[in-house]
Amino acid sequence: MTTTLMSYDDAIAAFDPAMGLEVHVELNTATKMFCGCPTEFGAEPNTQTCPTCLGLPGSLPVVNRKAVESAIRIGLALNCEIAAWCRFARKNYFYPDMPKNFQTSQYDEPIAFDGFLDVEVEGETFRVEIERAHMEEDTGKSLHVGGSTGRIQGADYSLVDYNRAGIPLIEIVTRPITGMGAKAPAVARAYVATLRDLLLGLGVSDVRMEQGSMRCDVNLSLAPSGSDKLGTRTETKNVNSLRSVERAARYEVSRQATLLSAGESILQETRHWHEDTGVTTSGREKSDADDYRYFPEPDLVPMAPPTEWVEELRAALPEPLRVQRARLQAVWGFTDLEMRDVVASDAVGLIEQTVTAGSSAQAARKWWVSELTRRANEDGIELAELPITPQQVARIQALVDEGSINDKLARQVFDGVLAGEGEPDGVVAARGLAVVSDDAALGEAVDRAIAANPDVAEKIRDGKVAAAGALIGAVMAQMRGQADAGRVRELILEKLAP
Amino acid sequence: MPEISRDEVRHLADLARIELDDAELDHLAPQLSVILESIASIAGVAAADIPPTSHALPLTNVYRDDVVVPCLTAEQALSGAPASEQQRFSVPRILGDEQ
Repeated sequence: MTTTLMSYDDAIAAFDPAMGLEVHVELNTATKMFCGCPTEFGAEPNTQTCPTCLGLPGSLPVVNRKAVESAIRIGLALNCEIAAWCRFARKNYFYPDMPKNFQTSQYDEPIAFDGFLDVEVEGETFRVEIERAHMEEDTGKSLHVGGSTGRIQGADYSLVDYNRAGIPLIEIVTRPITGMGAKAPAVARAYVATLRDLLLGLGVSDVRMEQGSMRCDVNLSLAPSGSDKLGTRTETKNVNSLRSVERAARYEVSRQATLLSAGESILQETRHWHEDTGVTTSGREKSDADDYRYFPEPDLVPMAPPTEWVEELRAALPEPLRVQRARLQAVWGFTDLEMRDVVASDAVGLIEQTVTAGSSAQAARKWWVSELTRRANEDGIELAELPITPQQVARIQALVDEGSINDKLARQVFDGVLAGEGEPDGVVAARGLAVVSDDAALGEAVDRAIAANPDVAEKIRDGKVAAAGALIGAVMAQMRGQADAGRVRELILEKLAP
Repeated sequence: MPEISRDEVRHLADLARIELDDAELDHLAPQLSVILESIASIAGVAAADIPPTSHALPLTNVYRDDVVVPCLTAEQALSGAPASEQQRFSVPRILGDEQ
């Protein structure tokens, strides 16, 4: 194994990445795919099971109509064809995350196929072709006991919770995406973010990546620059944040380029992403589809969604994402560049909520895109994961608008809220951050500044108002930044009127 | 009709997590071949105008409403498990990788 990794830039100079993304989405139905067990997240282990999802003999599955409806709506929103007739299939494998020894899935007859999703990266639109969106069920959760790390490797035995087994999943699979060059990791991220927003708009899933209700597998291969052949691909499993999608793709480009440049070949395999170290490691060699011995599920009759139903669902779809964003951009009065930064920062929803909470759109954009995005990046987390709500951001801006604090103090209020010191007003009080607009106190500070800078004062008396900046600075320094700069300026000009 | 090879039987056994020694493979491989041949005889009567059948009933679109029904308690769910711990099914060390 080569130890030094080729830099991303060098890798991209020599190779073209091709990428395929598989996204699993848990639907937010009240019950499981094939039985009436509830689907609540975080329930006590094995309290949401029944003979059907435990695979007990004699139990029979029945399809959840709502899940089919959600699958069709997802397919339509992704510009897919909807199958006139399709079946479920058994994917056979022996692994204890499914007590049935098979997963009920769809094989060669997905409910939706041949669609596309347009995603934007730095002003460039990439059309990601959707090969299929098919229905299946989630698996149980295993806890590996023993060994040193709690991972599969080295575990003594495993403990399984089947609450999640049978929750409806939609797997959305893209065709290989090419022609992205250096933007491949950004396209991967933008695709997952756009897909998440689309699903959120449809209301079919919680799409909480941190809770696992949306999970992404990244297939990536490299070909020498200019070649139109696809190289051997790896599949990096369960990449569970937008940031990780981008980082994992970037890492695989460098890793594969390093091997290929050394004359080695890429093993077609599953790899695991490690969030903490930012690397992927080898998992199992990929099974052939044959090994799963798919066959039509005999216990479930075929689905043949009537055209009228599909058209009814199509007519009721929400406005497409592109239309929604254009509308918001117009309402908010953002330039194309500003809107692009908002989308890239994944701040559309956050700004929308901040505006709803009473802030101006420009102020909301300023705080989320400039200030808070920087802080999220520093902490290595998503913007939405910062421990601050849109309501709190709106309140901080309201304090600025009222003149209680200025932008500089607002940043300290952000520090306090993010550090868990409570609501903005409490932070202002506890940290003593309110600006001084008391004329007596400010007047004394202005007098001192004038006395200390007689030549500047003389210029202002002569009508050179621009020189006031130096005195404002001196007053602000005395007040440790906690002065209303506008009022300070007024006082200086009053006192030094010609 | 296809004869199933010894290597294929070994591969199937691996997938099913069944350990077979050489003697068992020698014994089972020809038996499986006979079974496959027997089933393949159906092909002899399936004419081109008979579509493959996957379901016995001529039904489509059998659905249920998305309504929660009572499920098992954890004790009931685990009652058939050979071993359990922390209210979870205890299973032997997993050699392979998650699917």
